[in-house]
Amino acid sequence: MTKDNRAYLFIAPFVIVFLSFNIYPILLTFYYSVTNYSGMGGLENADFIGLDNYRRLIQDDFFFQAFFNTIRIWGLNFGVQIAIALGLALLFTDLRLKLKGLNWFRALFFLPNIITIASVALLFSILLDWNYGSLNQMLLSLNIIDRPINWLNNPTYAQSWAALIGAWMWFGNTFIILMAGISGIPKDFYEAAFIDGANWWQTFTKITLPQLKPILLYVFITSIIGGLQIFDLPMLLTDGRGAPRGSLNTMVLYLYNQGFSFANFGYSAAIAYGLFLITIVFSAITFKTMYRGQVKVKKGGKK
Amino acid sequence: MKDLRIARGVVYFFLVLLVIICFIPFYMMIVNATRSNSEILRGFSLMPSDALVANYETLTNYINIWLGFRNSLFIAISVTVLNAYFSALTAFALAVYQFKGKNGIFVVFIVLMMVPGQLGLIGLYDLSATFGILDTYWPLIIPAIAAPFTVFFFRQYLITSMPMSILESGRMDGAGEAYMFHRLVLPILSPAIATMGIFTFIGSWNNFLFPLVIIRSPRLYTLPIMIRQLQGSPVAQNLGAIYLGIAISVVPIMVAFIFLSKYIISSISAGAVKG
Repeated sequence: MTKDNRAYLFIAPFVIVFLSFNIYPILLTFYYSVTNYSGMGGLENADFIGLDNYRRLIQDDFFFQAFFNTIRIWGLNFGVQIAIALGLALLFTDLRLKLKGLNWFRALFFLPNIITIASVALLFSILLDWNYGSLNQMLLSLNIIDRPINWLNNPTYAQSWAALIGAWMWFGNTFIILMAGISGIPKDFYEAAFIDGANWWQTFTKITLPQLKPILLYVFITSIIGGLQIFDLPMLLTDGRGAPRGSLNTMVLYLYNQGFSFANFGYSAAIAYGLFLITIVFSAITFKTMYRGQVKVKKGGKK
Repeated sequence: MKDLRIARGVVYFFLVLLVIICFIPFYMMIVNATRSNSEILRGFSLMPSDALVANYETLTNYINIWLGFRNSLFIAISVTVLNAYFSALTAFALAVYQFKGKNGIFVVFIVLMMVPGQLGLIGLYDLSATFGILDTYWPLIIPAIAAPFTVFFFRQYLITSMPMSILESGRMDGAGEAYMFHRLVLPILSPAIATMGIFTFIGSWNNFLFPLVIIRSPRLYTLPIMIRQLQGSPVAQNLGAIYLGIAISVVPIMVAFIFLSKYIISSISAGAVKG
C-alpha cells in the first residue's frame, strides 16, 4: 500500500457528490418528516411538529392498506416466481434428463426483465381492458368465458395481475441465479446419495435445498427489498391512485401521491422513513429465520 | 431409456409452452401496433394488418417519441460514463493507497448500499429546487458519480486482478499516478466496467420515479415519462397508436438484448455466486 495524499484528490468527486446528493437528501428528508412542510413556499413557512407525522403514520388506515397490498402483491409474485424458477433449475440441472438449449431458454425467460416497467404496465393496462383488451377478446373467441371479465376493476384480480406480471418479469432472473447455485454444489454429494440409495425427494430436501440456502437467502432478500418498493407497475396499471378500491395503492405509490399529488411533503417524508424501517425489519427477520440453528454457513455458495 | 425419452419430450413441450406464454404479450403488442382502432375493437387477431403507417402518424402527431428516445439515451449514456469513470477512480484510490478515514468510508458504503433510493427522493427534489436545477437533467445525472455498489465491485476486481508491481514499475519509469490510472488501471478494469455498465445503462433507461418527479417540460421527457403521457391522452382513442408507442419503447431494447444476452446472463450468475 502506498501512502499518497493524491488519494484524497481521486476520491474527492465521489465524496462530494455522495455527501451532497445522497447523504444530504436523506437527512433533509428526515428533517421534513418532523415538519408540516407542504413542498411549496420554502422550508421557512413550515412548522416543526415533532413526531406528529409518525404518530399519524401508525394510525393511518391507508398506509396499513398500502403495506398489506404491497406484501400481498409481492408474496404472490415471489411464490409463483420461485416455484417456476426452482422447477426450471431442477430440470436443467437434472443429470439424467440432460436437456439441451439452456442458453436459449435462459435468454428467452430473462428477456421481460429488462423491458421498461412503465411500458409493460401500460401494455397490460390495455391488454387487460375489459372491453377492448386482447385477453378478454381471446378468451371470448375461445369460448373459455361467455362475458368479458373486468380484470382491473376487481381488487383481487388487479392485485393478482400485478403479482403475475411481476413474476413474469423476474422468474428468468431468479432461474439464472438458482442455476448458478445448483451448478456450484459438488457432484460427489449426489453420487454419494445415489450409492446410498436416496430417492429424488430425499436428494432434493437433504442436499440441494440445504446447499442452496445462501443463494435462496440472496434471492429472497433482493426480491423483498425490490418488492417493498414496487411503484411503476401499480401506478400505470390503473389510475395512478391505487384503483380499483385502493387495491393497487402500494407504499411507494402512497409516498409519491402524498408528496407530489397532495402536497404533504412532511408526511410523505415520514412514509419514506417508515418504509425504510420496514425494509430493515424484513431483512433482519429473513436473516434470523434462514440462519436459525445453523452453526456455520458457507459464504455465497461457492464450492 | 424409452421412459426417459418421453419425459424429455414432455419437459420440452412445457418449456416451449412457457416461452409462448412469456411472449404472447409482446406478440399481441406488435400485431396490434399494425392494426387500426376499429379492427382492434372488433376483436382479436394473431395476424398483422396494414395500419402501421396510419398509427405512426397518429402517434407522432401527438408526441415526439424519438425525442423521448434521444433524451433517455443521452441520460443513460451520461450516467453510465460518469458512473464507470468516477467509480473506477474511487476504487483505484481505495485499492492502491493507504489514507486516513479509508475504513470509515468503507463502512458507510456497506450500510448505504441497503438504503432504498426513495428515502432521499423528497430531499433530492427540494435540494434541486434550492439549486435551481429542477426540470433539468443534472439531478438525474450527477448522482451517478457516487455509486457505492459499483465502487465496491471495482475495488474487489482490482484487488484480485491487478498486480501492484505494475504500478511500482510504472512509477520507476516516471509515470504519474493519473497517467497510470488512465493507461494501466482502466484497461485492466474494462471487463468489470462492461459488466456494471450494462446494468447501469438498463437501470437508467428504465428509471421512472426520479424523472417523474424532477422533469416538467415535455421537451425534456424521457421515454418512460412519455409512455405515461400516452395513458389517458387523445392518442388513447386510437389503440393501435398506443400499442405502437409501447412497441417503439420496447423493441430496441429487445434487439440490444439479443446481442448482449450472453454477457448479461453470465454477469448475473457471477454476481449471485459472489454475493
